[in-house]
Amino acid sequence: MSDAAPDPALIAILDQTLRADRGRILAALIARVGDFQLAEDALQDAGTSALVHWGRSGPPARPEAWLIRVAFRKAIDRLRASARDARQFRALVVLSIDEAVEEPELIQDDRMRLIFTCCHPALEPKSRVALTLRTIAGLSTAEIARAFLDSEPTMAQRLTRAKTKLREAGIAFDVPGPEDWPGRLQSVLAVVYLIFNAGYTAGPDEARDLCAEAVFLARLLTQLAPDDPEIAGCLALLLITHARHAARAVGGVTVALSDQDRALWDRNAIEQGLLLLQSAMARRRPGPYQIKGAIAACQVQDGGPDWPQIALLYDSLYRLEPTPVVQLNRAVALAETGLLPHALDLLGQLGAQLQDYQPFHAARAEYLARAGQIRQSHDAYDRALDLTTSVADATFLRQRRAALTLS
Amino acid sequence: MQYLALIYAAPENEPVYGTPEFGAMMAGYNAFTAMLKANGSFVSGEGLKPATTATSVRVKQGKVETMDGPFAETKEHLGGYYLMEVPDLDTAIRYAAQIPTAGYGTVELRPITVW
Repeated sequence: MSDAAPDPALIAILDQTLRADRGRILAALIARVGDFQLAEDALQDAGTSALVHWGRSGPPARPEAWLIRVAFRKAIDRLRASARDARQFRALVVLSIDEAVEEPELIQDDRMRLIFTCCHPALEPKSRVALTLRTIAGLSTAEIARAFLDSEPTMAQRLTRAKTKLREAGIAFDVPGPEDWPGRLQSVLAVVYLIFNAGYTAGPDEARDLCAEAVFLARLLTQLAPDDPEIAGCLALLLITHARHAARAVGGVTVALSDQDRALWDRNAIEQGLLLLQSAMARRRPGPYQIKGAIAACQVQDGGPDWPQIALLYDSLYRLEPTPVVQLNRAVALAETGLLPHALDLLGQLGAQLQDYQPFHAARAEYLARAGQIRQSHDAYDRALDLTTSVADATFLRQRRAALTLS
Repeated sequence: MQYLALIYAAPENEPVYGTPEFGAMMAGYNAFTAMLKANGSFVSGEGLKPATTATSVRVKQGKVETMDGPFAETKEHLGGYYLMEVPDLDTAIRYAAQIPTAGYGTVELRPITVW
């Protein structure tokens, strides 16, 4: 290694390249070497070499292509050093052939294969999310651990386990065929949506905004598969929901949808979302994400949320996704249209399944109060507060509960 | 790759011998086995007698201990298996989903170790 410390300007170029292109570089590497861990280790080796070589002869015109090329060689070195069994030797032979034909301009974008692999339903849902954030979005293990309130060693262990399962269980590094596409795509979109929700719950003050990462992933998916209406529906949903983020809290207190200052909404993002949704629905291949996108669109309608339409859309969604959370949102929409007793009845049936779900108790508290059942409402606010992790939500709930006692 | 598909079901969920449901299940198994054999994925496969016939064996300090019943007391019992040769997990999952017992029990897929 060189005696002088690496040039900070070069470190910045390397960091920026890895930040922007990590997914693309890793996808190209995994496609060749067939192993996540080997690809990551080789990329790390290439990063170390980069600082030495770039320091000597200046940074290359295309740092990402340089990293892919050098990481290939590093992977071969690593295999050569450890190739003891026949399987590894075969991998080595394949690699050497690939290296001969490799031209940076011809390296295809393998990120779609990478996304489908990271989101494979044979992995635990939380591992799918973590692996996607690490490999495609380029978050560090520490950042992912913080987002999911895990310790860094626990998250590192989870990532290692997931990569081992990918290799040992024979999960193909590939996009699914047409017969498996719809189901596997739902698994991919669920991961994107989970990432968005994690960011939404944490609020916009976190260091790495997971909402923005989810929008990035959904946008990437629309670029890689522009004809899929469910992907477009998912991006529309995220854009429209994210557009409201500046209005979601004022002075550190959450603001309910109907009370939000619409001047703070990002009109541009809403317009983009609405256009996407329109062209997706014109394909006449409906699915849950297009319905969720349509619900988000109804929420930002001029003149206030279109609650009757939202209730009908939740009916359709419930037929595709009969989950208690969808039923809860349906009950909220019904309550807002004025069907309060019916909504409270529905909520009553959900108690057992959603007893640890904060939004359930918050909604129940609100509608019990509207129905004049003050004591029960008070208890529901207490339960919601017990389950609340965000300070802004807690302040909002405390204010609502205080107003209740006064009335 | 080779995968062992371990077929589990709770006895009370199994179709009863002699009923039309039992006939449909057997026909489903015959068709599934024939499909695996026709496309070259079949390595082996058998059905097992009920878990009530199981004997578990352990050697402790050189002494053979036998126990009546299966190794683990679970609601679902191992009832049979297929050993399949397929390209990847997705193919194995697609086949496992066609095993009739998957409709009321569980099929566990385990890749075979290559030494």
